[in-house]
Amino acid sequence: MNDLTPDRDDRTANLKGIGSARRRVEDARFTQGKGNYVDDIKLPGMLFGDFVRSPYAHARVVSVDTSAAMALDGVVAVLTAKDLEPLGLHWMPTLAGDKQMVLADGKVLFQGQEVAYVVARDRYVAADAVELVEVEYEELPVITDPFEALNSDTVLREDLQPGADGAHGPRRHANHIFLWEEGDKTATEEVIGSADVVVEEMIYYHRTHPCPLETCGCVASMDKVNGKLTVYGTFQAPHVVRTVASLLSGIDEHNIRVVSPDIGGGFGNKVGVYPGYVCSIVASIVTGLPVKWVEDRMENLMATAFARDYWMKGRISATKEGKITALEAHVTADHGAFDACADPTKFPAGFFHICTGSYDIPVAYVGVDGVYTNKAPGGVAYRCSFRVTEAAYFIERMIEILAIELGMDAAELRRINFIRADQFPYHSALGWEYDSGDYQTAWDKALKAVDYDGLRTEQAARVEAFRRGETRRLIGIGLTHFTEIVGAGPVKNCDILGMGMFDSCEIRIHPTGSAIARLGTISQGQGHATTFAQILASEIGIPADKITVEEGDTDTAPYGLGTYGSRSTPVAGAATALAGRKIRAKAQMIAAYLLEVHDDDVEFDIDRFVVKGAPERFKTMADIAYAAYNQAIPGVEPGLEAVSYYDPPNMTYPFGAYICVMEIDVDTGEAEIRQFYALDDCGTRINPMVIEGQVHGGLTEALAIAMGQEIAYDDMGNVKTGTLMDFFIPTTWETPHYTTDHTETPSPHHPIGAKGVGESPNVGGVPAFSNAVHDALRPFGLRQSHMPHDHWRIWKAAHDLGLHG
Amino acid sequence: MSKKMQITLNVNGTRHELLAEPRTLLIHVLRENLGITGPHIGCETSHCGACTILMNERSIKSCTVFAAQADGAEITTIEGLGTPDSLHPLQEAFREHHGLQCGFCTPGMITRAAQLLKENPDPTEEEVRFGMAGNLCRCTGYQNIVKAVLAAASEINTAKEAAQ
Repeated sequence: MNDLTPDRDDRTANLKGIGSARRRVEDARFTQGKGNYVDDIKLPGMLFGDFVRSPYAHARVVSVDTSAAMALDGVVAVLTAKDLEPLGLHWMPTLAGDKQMVLADGKVLFQGQEVAYVVARDRYVAADAVELVEVEYEELPVITDPFEALNSDTVLREDLQPGADGAHGPRRHANHIFLWEEGDKTATEEVIGSADVVVEEMIYYHRTHPCPLETCGCVASMDKVNGKLTVYGTFQAPHVVRTVASLLSGIDEHNIRVVSPDIGGGFGNKVGVYPGYVCSIVASIVTGLPVKWVEDRMENLMATAFARDYWMKGRISATKEGKITALEAHVTADHGAFDACADPTKFPAGFFHICTGSYDIPVAYVGVDGVYTNKAPGGVAYRCSFRVTEAAYFIERMIEILAIELGMDAAELRRINFIRADQFPYHSALGWEYDSGDYQTAWDKALKAVDYDGLRTEQAARVEAFRRGETRRLIGIGLTHFTEIVGAGPVKNCDILGMGMFDSCEIRIHPTGSAIARLGTISQGQGHATTFAQILASEIGIPADKITVEEGDTDTAPYGLGTYGSRSTPVAGAATALAGRKIRAKAQMIAAYLLEVHDDDVEFDIDRFVVKGAPERFKTMADIAYAAYNQAIPGVEPGLEAVSYYDPPNMTYPFGAYICVMEIDVDTGEAEIRQFYALDDCGTRINPMVIEGQVHGGLTEALAIAMGQEIAYDDMGNVKTGTLMDFFIPTTWETPHYTTDHTETPSPHHPIGAKGVGESPNVGGVPAFSNAVHDALRPFGLRQSHMPHDHWRIWKAAHDLGLHG
Repeated sequence: MSKKMQITLNVNGTRHELLAEPRTLLIHVLRENLGITGPHIGCETSHCGACTILMNERSIKSCTVFAAQADGAEITTIEGLGTPDSLHPLQEAFREHHGLQCGFCTPGMITRAAQLLKENPDPTEEEVRFGMAGNLCRCTGYQNIVKAVLAAASEINTAKEAAQ
């Protein structure tokens, strides 16, 4: 090696590859106000769309009179279901195999449902015209409770044939959508029936909403000259949107370009297709002008996809010593007016059957009933994989309740039931193959970090002081050990509308040794442009700073299923690594030719190929890239490009141990988070800074959900939480300081061992916060108190336990 | 629709004369008439702070101010805080400390923090948390935003001391 060659550590650092806390490349534009979000797009002649929405949760639409609106200066069109019907677009398919009204077709089924679409030259005129559309409604009985729905004579979905099967099998009632089952019901019932200890509890995970700071919207632009439709929008899955748009509109897919520009957070809210997109596209086709539609916050909270709303009735059995013997869950799932969940097709309850969690449970059964009600459709994975946060909350509450029944410490109960490190790959009773894990090590580290025994001593002393009347504040220690299932998924069982859930990466190396990589995913804040360049840097030896990552434009990016369910790193990240390896394989041949040795006589070394045993003879990746374009190499075609479509062999299973220490004021119901410790194991860590940021953010969303955030309805089906005044989003003031930590157990089947992390903190955070509230009141007999634990509900729980004298 | 009013806005050092209806919101004039798209619309009810700008050296939420109310005002948006060659210390600090993810709240956050640091150049963490509580972020959990604001304060104060 000559003196001018930097040492290996310097060369590695220069790459800013895997493991580097590289600063984000996206931030330059975002910090200077130069992001390009959908509402920033302004096209010549652009019109604005706005919706007339139903004030009623269930009503017949007797008539829609658009004449006054049409007469208003500046109004271009008012669309109703009658206008869309000849095009076959008054209804649209949902991702869950159901169909959904685009505009009210004879009746409305939830408050805020789209009834008519106004198109005007200005957003103010559009809003004025909305007020001028006269709709006559005839109110119908409203059902907001899924249990009532299954016993009611009121038929919500009159469009469905009574008694006919739905997309997921038989429907036993007009308001029933499906029963989905997994596991061995008979065996589970037998074990539970003869067990030493059984606890049964209803765990409700309330309805909430992803509420990204940027609402949903699009700009549709039909170029009638070239016959090409371009749709810019807040799409978490732009390629799927293109395919759906083609199928619905009949426009050939190559004549549709879908672009997701910068997206202001998604969290699952921006996966599905909304009536606003369909109406904007139709309006643009009809008018020949671009049409923008951006919903306001109230529309976002009332009408776009909600999350959760799962009534989970569980039974768990154990031996007297605390060894769990069986788990049973029966879920009543409130899907609202249309089944518009965004789950892989074969999984109408998502991956809820990960609900055996981190524990070695020999036998289990899950049954999920999907039900229609007069609420908004949705059921999306709000910062989690499909129904995984519901599953984690369920098992982590059941464990706590079992600990109460057994009179055991909940940390010890978890410990004796963990899947052991030597059991991986582990086959769960509900059919999953957990790829890797070391739960005990993570758990021990977490308990030690917070001085768990010391906390329990302090808590006991506080309870005594409370009983002596010396304090009104109690301490709760919220424990969670969660296991996620992310990275959907293997094409053999994971698809959306028939499209397999692979993902992709395409790389072009430029002659001077920089590169562009394009992926089928789309960042909504995750920082893909930063982290995917790091994966590639480590794989191909070109510095991350010289690699542009692009996503979201279907005309340029390879097909992929998008970003949700923590699938980007497990699937597109794997495609990136494998495409990089194809580049490297070709680079090896070029290097060998340039160095005049056999292919097998060179080896990759950080940023170059060196002759084995003679590292002073090398060609850097920049040398190789230049030669690839400028030198005739026998038997090797010019250029240096690769593409990889990755079909994952399995999901990945990130896990973590979270501990929340909370003080609650028994008289005011206020809760103060004193300490929050979060240990995450997401396998190989690509960028520690980005991981930590993801954990902070996910925990704060978990804090919101557990402690106050909900979409609440009154009996008339009115949304009670339709603005940010009522819908809780924590500010700097309520949000605690978090301590993050990690262990690193790589995924054995992922090319770089990475598992994904963005959603873990929401999945693990919610039970940690909720368990802390329960734990504070456990000494006084609390078993189960439904979320969200706002001040009133905590006060009420304390009151019901007789703590107010 | 009412008759349009003539208003004058001084935005980031440039004077603009324009016509707007009395009901037109300042955020719409900035974004749609003037093409200043740094401030965003997140809620239209003053809760989220994505539209935060400075008007006559006060932080305001421009989604709930009429353009007419801003007639003659000095307005600063994120675009006016720094240039690519000379970033505001807060712009540097937000990047350095990973105080942003999707970037949608960021212009409002930084613009608010700039005014906070003018009013209180050496805040405690608690004062930063209280002073920034009108700006919502869904991605970061605020921990790194608070860290970035404190780091920028320190940076600004050090530079001031050096200049003296």
